Amino acid sequence: MAAVTQPRVELLYWDGCPSHPQALVDLRAAMADAGLDPDAVEVREVDTEHGAADERFVGSPTVRVDGADVDPPPEAEPAGLTCRVYRLRDGRFSPVPDPAVLREALTDAMRRSAL
Amino acid sequence: MTPAIGETAPTFELPDTEGDRHSLNGGGEAAAATVLVFTCNHCPYALAWHDRLLDVGRDYASRGVRMLLVNSNDAERYPRDSYDAMRARVRDDGGWPVPYLRDEDQQVAHAYAARVTPDVFVIAADGAIVYRGAPDADHGDPGLAAGWLRDALDDVLAGRALGRAETRPVGCTIKWRQ
Repeated sequence: MAAVTQPRVELLYWDGCPSHPQALVDLRAAMADAGLDPDAVEVREVDTEHGAADERFVGSPTVRVDGADVDPPPEAEPAGLTCRVYRLRDGRFSPVPDPAVLREALTDAMRRSAL
Repeated sequence: MTPAIGETAPTFELPDTEGDRHSLNGGGEAAAATVLVFTCNHCPYALAWHDRLLDVGRDYASRGVRMLLVNSNDAERYPRDSYDAMRARVRDDGGWPVPYLRDEDQQVAHAYAARVTPDVFVIAADGAIVYRGAPDADHGDPGLAAGWLRDALDDVLAGRALGRAETRPVGCTIKWRQ
């Protein structure tokens, strides 16, 4: 059986939006649930429009697992310093990703790494 | 400087998405109370609370309460908050039960020292601000039904002192022009 490697988990945020502390709590809980080290998450602030363009940052918070957005935005979504709008699985608007989406992104990444 | 609870609410006149102008005093029969909400199109907190706020507008209209939604965000940096985008949103929803006003020069947001979207003010019939804050305790729980706002309206309509006159507004910062 192949060893499972810890995926690279990133949380990108802009301080002008108050949602990133909740996103970090949810993300760390999802990592712990998946048997991953919750402290391994890389937290990075994006604080300029230039930085947002460089990072393809479409809003705060953005969570990436092995470089892939856990809730991919539309292709045409512009980069910029803004609060990101998520839709939960039940259809509600939310400032943070659905915790179920976080868990699935992590388990999918672990499954891929085990192949 | 934020107008304090008990102080007279700043007056204004702004256009809605149909181009009709609305003032705080309504220009006619005085409302029993007015709910003024600074909100916008692009903020997840404003979107999460939106339906709850419209429900309050519907539920209290028959009791003489007037609700005005105001978008003050800088549309140059945030095009989703442009006047055109506001009109499109209301049209796509088939109309709203309350007017959605454009504060293009941000003077109304400055006058109220609005901080975030949504930022809710309740203004009594005598023009005094009697509540300022969030609609309820959790943007993520629709079951709360904008309860803090409803409590404030129930108190002011009954002529009681408000049990909770101020709460911390939670949401995206107002996008000021630079």
